[in-house]
Order: sequence, then structure tokens, then C-alpha cells
Amino acid sequence: MKKLPLLTSGIALCVATMASANDDLMTQMDNPKQWAIQTGDYANQRYSELDQINADNVGDLQVAWTFSTGVLRGHEGSPLVIGDTMYVHTPFPNIVYALDLANEGKIKWKYEPRQDPEVIPVMCCDTVNRGVAYADGKIFLHQADTKVVALNADTGAVEWEAVNGDPSVGETNTATVLPVKDKIIVGISGGEFGVQGHVTAYDMSTGEQVWRAYSVGPDDQLLFDPEKTTDLGKPVGADSSLNSWEGDQWKIGGGTTWGWYSADMEENLFYYGSGNPSTWNPAQRPGDNKWSMTIFARDIDTGVAKWVYQMTPHDEWDYDGVNEMILTDQEIDGEARKLLTHFDRNGLAYTMDRVSGELLVAEKFDPVVNWTTGVDMDPDSDTYGRPAVVAQYSTEQNGEDVNSTGICPAALGTKDQQPASYSPKTEMFYVPTNHVCMDYEPFRVSYTAGQPYVGATLAMYPAPDSHGGMGNFIAWDNINGEIKWSIPEKFSVWSGALATAGDVVFYGTLEGHLKAVHAETGEELYRFKTPSGIIGNVMTYESDGKQYVGILSGVGGWAGIGLAAGLTNPNDGLGAVGGYAALSDYTALGGQLTVFALPN
Amino acid sequence: MTPLRSLIATALAAGLASAAAAQDAGDNIAVAYEEDGRYFTADDIPTYNVAEDGTVDWLTFSGFRRYHSECHVCHGPDGEGSTYAPALKKSALNMDYYDFYSVVVNGRENGNSVMPHFGDNRNVMCYLEDIYVYLKARGTDAVPRGRPAKKEAKSEAIQEDENDCMG
Repeated sequence: MKKLPLLTSGIALCVATMASANDDLMTQMDNPKQWAIQTGDYANQRYSELDQINADNVGDLQVAWTFSTGVLRGHEGSPLVIGDTMYVHTPFPNIVYALDLANEGKIKWKYEPRQDPEVIPVMCCDTVNRGVAYADGKIFLHQADTKVVALNADTGAVEWEAVNGDPSVGETNTATVLPVKDKIIVGISGGEFGVQGHVTAYDMSTGEQVWRAYSVGPDDQLLFDPEKTTDLGKPVGADSSLNSWEGDQWKIGGGTTWGWYSADMEENLFYYGSGNPSTWNPAQRPGDNKWSMTIFARDIDTGVAKWVYQMTPHDEWDYDGVNEMILTDQEIDGEARKLLTHFDRNGLAYTMDRVSGELLVAEKFDPVVNWTTGVDMDPDSDTYGRPAVVAQYSTEQNGEDVNSTGICPAALGTKDQQPASYSPKTEMFYVPTNHVCMDYEPFRVSYTAGQPYVGATLAMYPAPDSHGGMGNFIAWDNINGEIKWSIPEKFSVWSGALATAGDVVFYGTLEGHLKAVHAETGEELYRFKTPSGIIGNVMTYESDGKQYVGILSGVGGWAGIGLAAGLTNPNDGLGAVGGYAALSDYTALGGQLTVFALPN
Repeated sequence: MTPLRSLIATALAAGLASAAAAQDAGDNIAVAYEEDGRYFTADDIPTYNVAEDGTVDWLTFSGFRRYHSECHVCHGPDGEGSTYAPALKKSALNMDYYDFYSVVVNGRENGNSVMPHFGDNRNVMCYLEDIYVYLKARGTDAVPRGRPAKKEAKSEAIQEDENDCMG
């Protein structure tokens, strides 16, 4: 499919509605000239077949045009491009702009929802939003206040609205949605407010709720079949979540679902991870706290879980498991496998069989990770699949009111939500990472609905005895579980990566640079300093025969909060105070899209 | 802080705000007297105490812990501010105690910049004096960034008040 779907998009939409909304979106995603979904495709590979910009000429890249969003908060996610229209979103108040690429970016329509500002303070760590989705002639926006809105892609008119949660009890949204088949699948935020996390499917054409599946709770709320839902190949059995909590703590038990979702249409499954159990004080929630910190494979139509795997049982460090699941088809020992690769906050990269849920590889993707010696890979062991916790770094074993020091990684994880990319050409993953460690002191907290429910004090600092920076951008081999190369960065890399058929990998930095590196070697080929720090994801598209690369600037998010003033290491004593780089010395607030192209 | 003291402080906040605004920085900081491990200015405003060897009073240490649990996810580490919310180490100096108290209890809205109301949150309200004196200590640089190395023991009176407040 080349230009035909674009020219006949009006007809295509009508046909799509009658046949399958999903066929339309799959066609749009398959066209490399567009960026039809936040994650690049259902596999979350963030890979583009476009190669006009390549390793030989990317050094000549220039700014082609820019667009100010008018919002000063942290800008995560990326624009979409469908046909000749670019859809740009903003953080709260969650404005959506439709820009006409055939008319110098003229604003075709603008949608600005009315939201109660009371939602702002119940959003942990900035009012970010990771972007809109497209399907079936509609743009889907999941607002901060959890309202899901379907907008007419041509006019911006509201076609339906649904309310997914209640901000007055701390339920908010920061994520995009997954449009798949005839459904929109959405998650929820609020792990620091004692929310009981869930995923919910809405009918794409009407907005009616189809099913809801919780991360923690009784089997009927989990949408688990105790006999058929498996954990590392074995049925989970009845009450698998309830048995892993004490009392009613699960009702405020977290396991929120604010990451990126992927889907395998052949298997009819979608994949995502759940976040931390609440509170951050592990002594207040004895047990494994299932199914927080878990990779889920669920049926798209029914929501019923096919398999689960809990990466960090009884979390003691806030290592949310929400990061994206990247789906690839690769060979292992000469055998074709359908794989799922996941870079977890806990510092381990997991490679799994995405059909069966078998664990194949679990290795540290930053050598400084020290809270575990590794995962038990022996299927005959009682602790199969569990990470071995190092007592010195166990905030549970050290106890309440004790400051556990030198834990790597910090709570923001070796990697947070900023998505990695995968190149089928190199079979390497390109991963934006954090290189930050922490002290963590848990203590008792009481729960009040709609109020923060944290229960730990943290101090974070760059990984000791390393290069002094707070991040790395790495290339990863998911079969052998090895780092291929690693680029040290002054700050955490909080930008989603993009790999292309031109052998180039793009990412942004918190200082505001868009960087291009060689996909094979990591050699830097290009950099440009945009007006503000980058926590958005790089995207690419083609318009009128020319390839463009786009990135949202706008520093903020958890990185902007934690790193604005710079970090200090209390263990270093007074002399080191202020010794680490402060983000505020490099960049300031500002929401802007910068679009790059080669010179004419 | 006991519930009774909270009530009194809240009730007085409006009336005393203008009078208290006349305080100069020195009056608002200097320790006039100590009571059961808490330190106060001549105007009975809570304040910090740092001994010559760097030992901080219990409330300042406790405030460090509570700040980094309840406040830092918006306001950044050590009261330094962030891309999202202002530096509270300055607010604690620029605002008088009762205004500070009132904003935490009731919240504040300034366009898309919104401070939540914590009046019904025990994890904040039971430690508001602690957080306030910690931030004042940060604002004057009496206490450096990071975790205070040495602290006074928690007094029985402070422990009793904490138990009463947290329930």
C-alpha cells in the first residue's frame, strides 16, 4: 500500500466501519509514511522502514519547521501523522491540535477539554500525557481526569465520551490508549494514591464499557480462570491475588496500568505491565502482593488473562512493572520464536515466549543493579522465576524507620516509561536508561481517599563509582542478555527511541538535544539542541516525498521534578553537595515540536 | 501537633496573618525557648535548632523524612523546587507560619498550578510543624541538602502527640 489509502481515506473509513475498524488501522500502521500509533506499531518496536535519512547523511539534518504547543508542562509521547494531518497533544489541559501538513502546518482544528483543575494535584509527578491514538476515523484522547474522548479526526467534533475513573480518590490518567479490533483499551494511574489498578475495554464506536480487569483482587475482578490462566506454565489456582495480601489491603493495593500496550493479532492477545503495590512501605503489606509488578497477556475480546508473570514479588523499592512489552519474531538456537522483551524498572531485562509465558532470559541491563543477584531460572526450583533479594538492600528486611542506603537502581528504575526501540535489521534493542541509585527509608502511613499514600523517604544520586552521569543509552541483545554498547549521558535518558531502516537511532536528552547515533556502533552522527529538555518520543513520517523526524520538547515529568535542582549524595558528605549537574543549569520549561529534514 | 493545637492554629490563621507579616527574618528564625524537644521563636512560632556539631532537633529531622515522602514528588528534593512546583525552602521564609499552614490545609490554585489541600491527610497534618521547621532550616542553609547526619532523640511529648494525631 502506498498512496492509495491516503487519497481515498474518506471511502476507506466507510468501508472500515462496515468491515473491521482494525483492518483500517493496521493498513495505516503498515504505511511507513505515517506514524499512526504512539508505539510505532502493535509490536511496540518503534521502527520505521523509511531510509531517506540514513547513517551517511543524517549529519546534514536541519530544522524544517517548529510548532509551539502553548503549554509549559512536561511533554511526553509524540505526534501522530495520518495522511496529510498531524495530531499534536499537550500535557494538562490536554489540548489536541490537528495540523495540515499540506498547508504549512495550518491548524485544521483544536480541541481543548474542560477539566477540573482539582485533578492536577492528584497526578503524581507532573501532568504529562503520552498522546492520542487513531482508529476508524477517530482520534482518541484519554484526559488527565480519566475521561476518554473520541473526536472526529476530520473536524475535532466529539463523537462519544466515557469516564474511566474518579480523580477524587486519586484515579487519573497519563497514558495513551490501545485501539485494537473494535475496542479501545485503557489503563489507570494513581499507584501513589492507593488506587486498585485496572485495564478497561470500551467499544470503539459507542464508548460503552465492554470489560474491566483488575490487577489485584478476587478472581472475578481479575478476569482470571484459575485453571487456564497460567504463571510460568502452571495454572494460577483460585484466589491467587487474595492469598498474597493480608486482609483488605488489596483494595488500596495499587498495581496501576499506565504504560504502553502491545498486541499480537494472531494470538488475539494484548500485553502490558502493572505497577507498584501500595504503599511504598513494604511492612504494611505482607505477602507477594499479586498481581502488582506483573506482565499480563490478556485476550483482546474478553480481557481474560492467558498468562501472567510477577517480576518483583512484594516490591520494596517502587519498581513499577509498567514499561512496554516489545514483540519480536526471532530465532533462538535455530528455532523461530515469538518473543516478548521487557526492560523493567527493577533493572532486569526479560525475554519471554509471548505465547506460552515461558521465561527465557532475565539479565541486568545496567551492571550497577545490586538489589538482586539474579532470577532463579531452574523450572524445578521452588523459587523458579523469583529474583534473589540481597539482604543489605532489602527495605523489608532492614525494616520500618531504617534508612537502607546504596540501592541500585533508584525508584525511577533503570528504565522508566520512556520506550525502547527495536531494529529487525540489527536485532538490537535501543534502550534509554537511568543510572541513578538511592537511599530508601520506609515508614508507617495512614490511608485517606484522594490523598498521597506513599510511606517512604527517598534520596537519589548518580550511580557511585561510575561515569558520574545519571543515564546511559544502550544497545541490548535480548537473546544473549548482553549490552552491545553503551553511551554515557549526563542526565537520565527520558526520551523514547526511534530506529530506522537508514541504520540510524534517534533519541532525546534532558538537556534538550535530539541525537542521532549509528545503529551498529552507537557512534554519534548528529545533535541539535531544541528549546527545552526532551522527555517525548522521536517519530518519523514522509510528506510529499520527503522524510521528516519529529520530537516534542518540554522538560518535566518525574525527571524534571527529581533532577531540576540536581542530585546530591548524602553519603559523600558536605563537600559533594551541588557537585552533580542540575537540569535547571541547562534548560527551562517550554512545549515545542521540532521537525527535522535533510536540506533540499 | 495535637488536634487541639491544629484547630487553634487554623482558627488564628486569618486574624494573625497581617500581624505576623511584620516579623523580620531574624525574629522568625531565632530560638527563644525550647519545650519538650520543640523550639520556638519569641512569637511562639516553631523553628529549628542546629547545635554547633550539626545535630538537628528532632522535628527538623522528621520534617526531612516527611517532606521527602509527601512533598518532594512535586516540589523536588531538599525543598529546592522543580520544573513542576516552587522551591518551598524559600516559601517557608517568605510566608509567615500561619499562611504556610493555611495553604497546606486548604490548598491553593493559580491557573494550571494547583497545590492540593492536605487538611484531612494525617501523614501531612501530623507532621506539618516538622516539615515547616525543616524547610526554614533549608531556606537559611542552616541544614545542607540531603539527610541530616545527627539528630536529637524524639522526646516523649513529641511521641505522644504523634500517637494521638496518627490514631
